[in-house]
Amino acid sequence: MGYVAVTGGQQAIETANLLNQWYRLKDADHALEVTAIEKQMRHLVDRVISESGLYAPNDAALALKQAEGDPAEAAFLLRAYRSTLERNVESLTVDPGQMRVIRRISSAFKDIPGSQILGPTADYTHRLLNFTLRNEEAQAALKSVLQQLPKQDNPHTDHRQPFRKVADLLRAQGLLSPPNARNGLVDITRDKLTFPVPRSAKLQLLSRGDTGAMTALACSSMREHTAQHPTVAELRVGYVELTVAYPLASNETLSLGEVMVTEVETINSFTKKDNGDVQFQLGYGLTFGQNETKAIAMAILEQRLETDGTSPTHDEEFVLLHVDSIEANGFVSHLKLPHYITFQSKLDVLRQAQKLAAEKTDHQEV
Amino acid sequence: MAMHTPLKQTYNYAFLDEGSKKEIRRATLKAVAIPGYQVPFASREMPIGRGWGTGGLQLTLSLIGDGDTLKVIDQGNDDSVNAVSIKKLVQACTNVAVTTDAEQATLIQSRHRIPEVPIRADQILVFQVPIPEPLRFVEPKEKKSKHLHAEMDYSGIWLRLYEDIVKWGKISIGADYPALAHKRYIFAPSPIPRYDLPKLHQAEGLFLFGAGREKKIYAIPPYTDVEPLAFDDYPFEVEHFEGCSCRLCGSTDSFLDELYDEAAGQTFYQCSDTGYCRKCRERGAQHGK
Repeated sequence: MGYVAVTGGQQAIETANLLNQWYRLKDADHALEVTAIEKQMRHLVDRVISESGLYAPNDAALALKQAEGDPAEAAFLLRAYRSTLERNVESLTVDPGQMRVIRRISSAFKDIPGSQILGPTADYTHRLLNFTLRNEEAQAALKSVLQQLPKQDNPHTDHRQPFRKVADLLRAQGLLSPPNARNGLVDITRDKLTFPVPRSAKLQLLSRGDTGAMTALACSSMREHTAQHPTVAELRVGYVELTVAYPLASNETLSLGEVMVTEVETINSFTKKDNGDVQFQLGYGLTFGQNETKAIAMAILEQRLETDGTSPTHDEEFVLLHVDSIEANGFVSHLKLPHYITFQSKLDVLRQAQKLAAEKTDHQEV
Repeated sequence: MAMHTPLKQTYNYAFLDEGSKKEIRRATLKAVAIPGYQVPFASREMPIGRGWGTGGLQLTLSLIGDGDTLKVIDQGNDDSVNAVSIKKLVQACTNVAVTTDAEQATLIQSRHRIPEVPIRADQILVFQVPIPEPLRFVEPKEKKSKHLHAEMDYSGIWLRLYEDIVKWGKISIGADYPALAHKRYIFAPSPIPRYDLPKLHQAEGLFLFGAGREKKIYAIPPYTDVEPLAFDDYPFEVEHFEGCSCRLCGSTDSFLDELYDEAAGQTFYQCSDTGYCRKCRERGAQHGK
């Protein structure tokens, strides 16, 4: 009999929890170190902090350890933890133009101020399994990498100045249409969400959306509407400084430190404004950590939601209510819960309908 | 091993921070003031799955205090895994007493059942709601369904009921049967069986509905009219249990789960409200003496 009809649910849960721990550890020589996950599973950690909306790489690593590497479960753990934290201050607006850039490319212009910087990326590696990683000695490998790096690219000695953004250059030439009028700045973790949602809520929802879901939707949008093929004006990865207003002096700020973000600006087909101006439309993506595909997908979806159309990606309820990893995973997985009552009720309706159908047939036969 | 380990001090009493609890209570007050109206709220992520009772849990945690006695049921059952899990969580972050006796509880969180014994004026029943929007199955868009409610344009859902009768000879909705709250808003009672729906009408207790993923709170306050949607010639019907009784307590006046015994090749019935069933058996045993 099932997992509810008998008594003993309490004990069954305890046992399930213990078995889960046993499976996590049964073949382990030594327990995974949280710091090792944080420092060497960089993209996984970045994905989790981005999807949870909590910039806490070490907590994300802990969540990944606890979740045995499941990014959805880890993001869920962090999100639930974040629910319990007070919001004490609001940071001042961050200007990604002031980013300490580690990587920056433009697919729109060959020559951009500050030049293209490939930075850390696996884009140009061959996807061949590197078997030497099986027996890697961290310090020796690191030393060898540093020896081979050209001096100007050595992260220890690199002091690049901030670059102007490509979009700013286009804007200065009057080629970009400004974003739709702001309709209120909301905090989706504090304020209720009502449709149509303000642009700020849209950006927040997308910024912490599920990487896979957003990539799939962005892909569908490009395939269905080839005219909508956007161009990446700029993709930049780096560190931005978070500051808050200093409470004791109105014109001073306090620095809280840096967070790593990926910012993408795409240029889309041009539109004619009400005043007759013909301009490009910008799509905007920003995520915590180095999450390039997600940031591009976000820029595509953001632009699609700002324009009218009939495809699913123009529909804000369709996109925004389904790209959240925690909510989508929760709803789909809730099917594992007992549904005895609803099923019993449905069974009753079906039997009544069968009875009515049988009576009708009998009646016709007579 | 301890039955439940208290959460470390890093978590607030009743898990949520006080600001969040206040916001949820404000939404709840609005919901009580407008029976059946879905009040949007900034639903928090909870440490249980989205879709596993986070709306109900947020209501419970925003209301609970040390004087409370809590009962949690899933499909009527105190011992169901999800009910146990939710109860454990609340116990871990509060000092409240728990019970399986609906009459002892001040606060009852339930998934898909109303206990057999009527809820009193000093009790609150909190429902976990998967889809709070009764118009969702005729109108997929939130923006549109909100307009329909505002204009009390319920023709779509009436038409759906009519089509059911044409197609099946009767209204085919099982659980979560839509009803009209105090002649104004059609609301989804959450997937409780039709059997439980009349218990909401002109009741003494307060019924709160929380939908975590859908971010809505609504309420049926005491002495509210709750009318299931139906036609004069096709009246509302509850589930049929004629000739069936609980195999444990013999009850013939409770909602029954249908079970199949493979070995005996037999169908048998059992009270879905396990707390009620236990009390019936205890009473029976006393009478037996």
